[in-house]
Amino acid sequence: MSSQALSQNNERFEVNLGPQHPATHGVLRVKLLMDGEYIVDAEPVLGYIHRMHELMGENRTWAQFLPNMGRLDYLSALSYNLGYVELVEKMAGIEVPERAEYIRVITTEMNRISSHLLWFGAFVLDLGGFTPLLYAFTDREEILDLLESVTGARLTYCYYRFGGCYNDVEDEFLSGCLAFIKRLRARMPMYHNLVTKNVILRQRLERVGPVSAEMCRKYGATGPVLRGSGVNYDVRKNEPYSIYPELDFDVPVYHEGDSMARYMVRMDEIEQCMRIIEQAIAKIPSGPVMAEKVPKMIKPEPGDYYHAVEAARGTFSIRAVSDGKNQAYRMKLRSPTFSNLSLFQEASKGMLLADALALMGSLDLVIPEIDR
Amino acid sequence: MDLGINVIEMLLYLVAIIGFAAINAAYLVWVERKGAGHIQRRTGPKEVGPYGLLQPLADGAKLMSKQLIIPAGVDKPLFMVAPLLAMVPAVMIFVTIPFSENLVARDINIGLLVIFAFASVNVLSLLMGGWASRNKYAVISAARAVSQNVAYEIPLLVMTITIVLVSGSLNLREIVFSQAGAFWHWNWLPTNGNFLGPITFIMFFICYLAETNRAPFDLGEAESELIAGFHTEYGSMGFGLFFMGEYANIVIGSALIVILFLGGWYSPFPEVVPFLGSAGVWWFLLKMYLLIWLVVLIRWTFPRVTLWSLLNLSWKILIPFSLFNLLASAGLVKFLG
Repeated sequence: MSSQALSQNNERFEVNLGPQHPATHGVLRVKLLMDGEYIVDAEPVLGYIHRMHELMGENRTWAQFLPNMGRLDYLSALSYNLGYVELVEKMAGIEVPERAEYIRVITTEMNRISSHLLWFGAFVLDLGGFTPLLYAFTDREEILDLLESVTGARLTYCYYRFGGCYNDVEDEFLSGCLAFIKRLRARMPMYHNLVTKNVILRQRLERVGPVSAEMCRKYGATGPVLRGSGVNYDVRKNEPYSIYPELDFDVPVYHEGDSMARYMVRMDEIEQCMRIIEQAIAKIPSGPVMAEKVPKMIKPEPGDYYHAVEAARGTFSIRAVSDGKNQAYRMKLRSPTFSNLSLFQEASKGMLLADALALMGSLDLVIPEIDR
Repeated sequence: MDLGINVIEMLLYLVAIIGFAAINAAYLVWVERKGAGHIQRRTGPKEVGPYGLLQPLADGAKLMSKQLIIPAGVDKPLFMVAPLLAMVPAVMIFVTIPFSENLVARDINIGLLVIFAFASVNVLSLLMGGWASRNKYAVISAARAVSQNVAYEIPLLVMTITIVLVSGSLNLREIVFSQAGAFWHWNWLPTNGNFLGPITFIMFFICYLAETNRAPFDLGEAESELIAGFHTEYGSMGFGLFFMGEYANIVIGSALIVILFLGGWYSPFPEVVPFLGSAGVWWFLLKMYLLIWLVVLIRWTFPRVTLWSLLNLSWKILIPFSLFNLLASAGLVKFLG
């Protein structure tokens, strides 16, 4: 259909989608070459909010760089915090108390739910449905309140420390988490009735924007995008870290590779997050939340270090090269949506504008994390 | 009749109609915002006046006091005329609508024809606005709006012909008279020998949503794709007129459905609520606003369809079905009516 339509007509025009556009959710610019409503080529243009986070990592001490992690992906900041503190702990050989590990997992998974809820709302907003966004925000607000009570922040968290967490959580927080999970469990059927089962939504997502496993491999796409293409890969399972091996959860995988598959992966992940949190709360031991001996000035052994975690949008990994000083010699941040966005150019060829924007929404882009 | 009285009478009609159209358009915005607020568990407008009731006035004052920015490079005459074309035909249509047995500005024999003639001007305003803006999003939006309106005007007209066959008149009052009585006498149910009434009614309602560019068929101003569509470049009252035109069209569409399918000013159960009478303008308005509320409810529930599925719905389903419906109804009216 599409290639024939493209070749018959050469009245092509360029459209700049962004950097100010309602569908790009930030300052992403996509240069579209259009033929009527068909997309001939879509070239993402990055760099509008590049802040040189990697260079900052090379000019600050290990501890000073920690707050930057909350500014990469502001929607699931705790995953990034976790990745970084675990890397530095690996480098400096710091042992983390078990209670701190549990607190980290609980808060990270809460943050993942909040991120997926926001994505859910924003994605349906992209498709023209306004109401689910506000419903999702009602639930997300509860998570933010809970996390605020322990971390002191609502969005750009900086809660973990090398060797533990900044402070202990109270029992009210844990019972609040359980109460929230109960509430969200009761509300998930409503989300599915209102959105997932909607005929128009299914029509717009099913068989739209197919992304093959091969394409994911080519561009390094991870996270729900990869799992929606039928590849069972989750860092929490494949390269386990923290206490994830002790917890029982499934990795939702869908084989269709269309936008609906990515949607379903994220919705199922919310359920899995709730399972993880419940188990962690049931198992959480008492004890200290900070390691005994954490050096004031961390100077890791010279070497090349790498650590990856599963953030809400895919694999977030850091490669840090240390030359034995109190700063990194090289800091490389690998953010998931940069790779996920890269496949947009190939995947969107020949698509209708509306479908391409559904595809873009299903990639769950967070621009500050792409630009870093 | 004395010429002076005639002129005064005409002016009164004019003021009343423009006032009705403007107040409805302004307060429908309030209804929509307040309704959306409650659907979404927020409060909606509440600061200006009690329950935010003065919000439309504040909005109007704001829009009128803003500078009318005409971007460089636009086709200036078309750019200026387009918003007027969105509003003026809408006001004109109100002239022919009978709100009750005697409350009609001009009782025209071909009222239905007049409505459709003026309603088709609306698409011209979208096309002109989008084209004159010299904005790529606006041009895409204009192209969408035209294909959408062309596709949905056909089944809309075919189904109107069905009703004309059943009622035997193009005069809107006559059409209502033919439905006199309680709700089982109205055209939306199998009545007057027309067994296909419900199908006609549902298809007409879908077409009416599409014709007024309302969600889920609001492709012309799909904000997540085309920013604001054809009125991207409009500010101030230019935007305001487009906006009011849209809401005036919703009122007209609902009024038309009430006339064609829902028995106009007749009470649905004249025996059950006798104190309101078996007919009256309040019944008309009640039905009309209920329909409008349904439209608001649909907008805040469904996501948007794509252009292709929208056109497929019209060309592959609605048009064949409406043609079949017309034939079947004609046969039924001929042999049973």
